[in-house]
Order: sequence, then C-alpha cells, then structure tokens
Amino acid sequence: MDWSPLWISVATSATATLITLVAGLAAAAWRERRSGPAMALVDGFFLLPLVLPPTVVGFFLLLLFGRHGPLGKLLLKFGATVVFSWPATVIAAAVVAFPLMYLTARAALEQVEPHLLQAARTLGASEWRVFAEVALPLAWPGVLAGTILSFARALGEFGATLMLAGNIPGKTETIPIAIYFAVEANEIERAILWCGVDVAISLALLGGLYYWTHAQGSGRARKWAP
Amino acid sequence: MTLEVQIEKKLPDFTLDVSFRASSAPLGILGPSGAGKTMLLRCIAGLERPDRGRIALNDRLLFGSAEHIRIPTRQRHIGMLFQNYALFPHRTVAENIAFGLRGLPGGERADRVAALVERTHLGGLEQRYPRELSGGEQQRAALARALATEPEALLLDEPLSALDTHLRSQVEAQMQETFAAYQRPTLLVTHNIEEAYRLGEELLVLSRGRVAAFGAKQEIFRHPPSREVGQLTGCKNFSRASMSGAGMVEAVDWKCRLRVGQSVPEGLQYVGIRAHHIDFAESPGGSERGENVFPCWLVRTSETPFRITLYLRLHHPPNDPTEYDLQAEVFKEKWEGFREQPFPWHVRLSPDALFVMAK
Repeated sequence: MDWSPLWISVATSATATLITLVAGLAAAAWRERRSGPAMALVDGFFLLPLVLPPTVVGFFLLLLFGRHGPLGKLLLKFGATVVFSWPATVIAAAVVAFPLMYLTARAALEQVEPHLLQAARTLGASEWRVFAEVALPLAWPGVLAGTILSFARALGEFGATLMLAGNIPGKTETIPIAIYFAVEANEIERAILWCGVDVAISLALLGGLYYWTHAQGSGRARKWAP
Repeated sequence: MTLEVQIEKKLPDFTLDVSFRASSAPLGILGPSGAGKTMLLRCIAGLERPDRGRIALNDRLLFGSAEHIRIPTRQRHIGMLFQNYALFPHRTVAENIAFGLRGLPGGERADRVAALVERTHLGGLEQRYPRELSGGEQQRAALARALATEPEALLLDEPLSALDTHLRSQVEAQMQETFAAYQRPTLLVTHNIEEAYRLGEELLVLSRGRVAAFGAKQEIFRHPPSREVGQLTGCKNFSRASMSGAGMVEAVDWKCRLRVGQSVPEGLQYVGIRAHHIDFAESPGGSERGENVFPCWLVRTSETPFRITLYLRLHHPPNDPTEYDLQAEVFKEKWEGFREQPFPWHVRLSPDALFVMAK
C-alpha cells in the first residue's frame, strides 16, 4: 500500500494554508483601510478563484507558470520549473483557498471596534503594532475559522491541481487525484479507502472547529470574548 | 504649555470652524449633541483631518495646511479618553495602562503602572479584564492609560456620560484631583452644563461648528454674549428688547420697562434672566411698587425632587396653560411659604440678574 497521497495532501494543504493565512491577512488588512470604486475591482480579483471553475483557475495558472508564461520564464532564469512539480500542488491549493481566508479575515477585522485601534494610535503605537497587538488578537477567532476553512478547501482541491501539477505518483498525487485515477482504473477498493481517509480528516477538522468555538465559553478566553 | 487650534472642516450639515487657545487650565467644551465637539477633539488628536488651518501644541506644529504638515496620531503625544473608554478587552488593567509605555525598561514601566494604579484608586484590580470592572473603574483605568505616556495635552470626550448618577460626583472629584496635578492643556467635551461648569476653568460654547462663546466660565454664565449662548448655558427666559433711556430697556415680550445693571450694548436685541434668579416680592400695599417689580399669575408648575418650576404670566391672569412669560425656579420650602397667597403675586427681576444681548 502506497500512503504517499496522504502525506502529499497533508503537506500541500498545510503549506498552502500557511501561505494563504499570511497573504489573506495581509490583503484583508490592506483592503480594510481603503475605499473607492477601484476597490470593487480589487475585491472581484481576490474572489475570482472562488467563483471560477477550478479547471479555469488551473488553466490560468498554467498560462502564468508555463514555459512561455511571464512567471514561468522568470523562474526558468533561476533554473526552476513549477509545472508538474510538488510546489505546483501548493500554488494551486493556495490560490483556490485564498478567497475564503480573505473573506473571513476581512469580516473579522471589520468587527474590531475602531475606537480600540484609534486609542492604540493615541498611545503611540505604530501601525504594525496596532495590527499585531490589537486588531489581530481581537479578530483571532474569525481568522482561525478562516484558516480551518482554507485548510479544508486546500485538502479537497482537484481541478486546478490536476491542470498545473498533473498526476505524478509520489510527487503530485494528492488524495482527490488518487481517488479519481483509482476509479478510472476500476480499483474501487483503493478509491473507497482514500474516501474513508478524506472523511476521517474532515471529521477531525470539524471536531477541532467545534471544540475551539466551545472552548471559548470557558477559561481565560471568555473574559474578553466579545 | 499651550494648545492653539484654528481649523475648518466641512461636515455633512455644517462647517466646523473653530479657533481658540488653551493653556494649563482645563477647558470645558459645551454644546448640544451634534455641535461638532467630538469632531473637534478627533481633529486635534489626528484621527480626522481638517480641511484647513493649524494646530500647534507648545512649539510643535501638529497640523498646518499651509505648511503641508500633518503629524500622525502616534507622534502627537496627546492623550485621549474616549466616550466608551476603548479599553483593550483582551488585556488586563495593568496591561492596558502599560500599553503606551513600551519604550521604557521593564522595571521603570512597572513602577509607572503601579504609581498610576495608586493615583486612580485601582489597587487590587490590576489583573482584571475590562469587562470585570464597573463603569467607574473602567473610566479610571482608561484615564490612567491615557496619562501613562505623560501626554502634552489631554482630550476627554464626555468622560462622565456613561456613568450612573451616583458614581458621577465621586469620579468627578477624582478627575478634578487629576487635573490639578496634571497642569497641561486639558479639553473636556460635554453636553452637561453643570459638568462643564464644575470641571472647566474656561469655557468654550460650540454651536453648529462655530464658537458661540469662549472665556472665563463665570463671565459666560453671568453675561451670555448672545441669546444662543444663554440658552445653551441653561437660561430659560428671554424677551425681545429695545433701549429706553439711561440704564433702562423696554422688554417687548414681557411688556414692561426694566432697569438693568449691565451697560446696554449697541443694537440691543434681547434681555434675559435665569429661572432661579427671579425673586418674589412681598405684595406691595396700594400702588407703591418697587423697581422691576411686576404683578404675575401662576399658569402651571413642574416639580423636581427639591425644586419647583413656576410658569408665570405677567400683568394679566392667563387664558390657557400654554401662555406664560417667565419660568421661575424656587426651592420647595420657599414655595410652601407663598403658594397659598392670593393672586396677583409680584416678581422682582433684579437689575443685576438681568443680562442684555445684542444678538
């Protein structure tokens, strides 16, 4: 039995979630300070991967990172190719999960009372400190929920991953891709096994989310929970 | 120590156009809701940007539209107490107070926090979270946090409005203590006339974004420069007026001639008197009447726990309960003494209590 799809899926999702967390938070914090008609366009761009079919996202990524794509050419100068490599699974998963992180992080940051941020500024805090020590801790429950959602979305990514990373066993073959090719090869038992693994991971995630939201009802967190 | 402000900012309903100078004495900023009081504080703190003007604190220019200078909030060294206190809910009282002291070494920071806790009577509450504090304790914690950085000026936005009545006088006394020790420009916004009078040394009356009066509080209350300021400082009785010889005015609405103590300004428009300054004279025998004494009839009354407001009609018995010329306010004990006397009663509008306004 080759367990590599499990490790690949977990490593890919974890890495993609980390990237999404940082990028999503940065984008949300940046966007929160701005308004105007141009921002509608920015929002549309950030949310595109959520509404486009994953195959379309994957195809765009292929154009971007392919041999003749702008990013592909740039990377080639450093002797690196992304397409059909493990980093491609990470890029595909991160891009597809990004809108979820961005949306939840923005909602969570918007709920932070503006007077608290202003009070921090009158006390001499830099913008970075206002974000890191006031906005982020208060928005944390929402940000964490967004992180779990992003991880789940990254774990389930199929279309964009197949377009950009292909199906290379032991390298880019994630669980969803393993399931697809097992069914195609009529290896029903293998497909059922991987489905079971996916269900188990998803249940564990949901359990973690449930535990987190309910653990807030007691202990230190409660003392300041909004 | 001076704070100089001269700013203009267009707001949806009116333009905030204010200039004044505050020194070390607390300055009360009085005005009705929506007069631009909070916006003024926010401009000084750098949380809002004025359209034009300048703001200077001591010898630092914080904002200058001509000079294209706008110092960010964090570099202004201005403490601000927000109306809802804005304590950080995820930090304890001690951590809240220490928030602005990051530049200090640990030991010194702890000493400073301890001193402030002592000064604001928060001993024993250092490890509590804001939501575990009463309203008065929250207010003191927020004040301690604002004072911790030793700001060069202090701005307080309705500092007492969120407190229960029984807590106010106590917190107010502690604030007065704090101001006395602080001795730097302190701006205190309120819509409560008595609070403004008790806490401020000087007073700035703001109305629809403009300075309606600015100066020593006693002077503004004794001789309001305009009818508007009279009303904003709680005066209830006004009559249109015109000059009528030396030291005399003709009160058109009250239909009488009055001697006034104040010198009458050019272009006299109104004469006014505060409700509690109206005096009741012994009913004179025959036609002998003292100066500024007029017959009156009671229209209706309205009671508060210790005082009573009497709505009075001058010269004639009233026809209906909405028709009155004066509101007089007296202690109930006094009222008990003359309520049974037959009409007409006689009011005395003392020349020294009357004030005259040119607008």
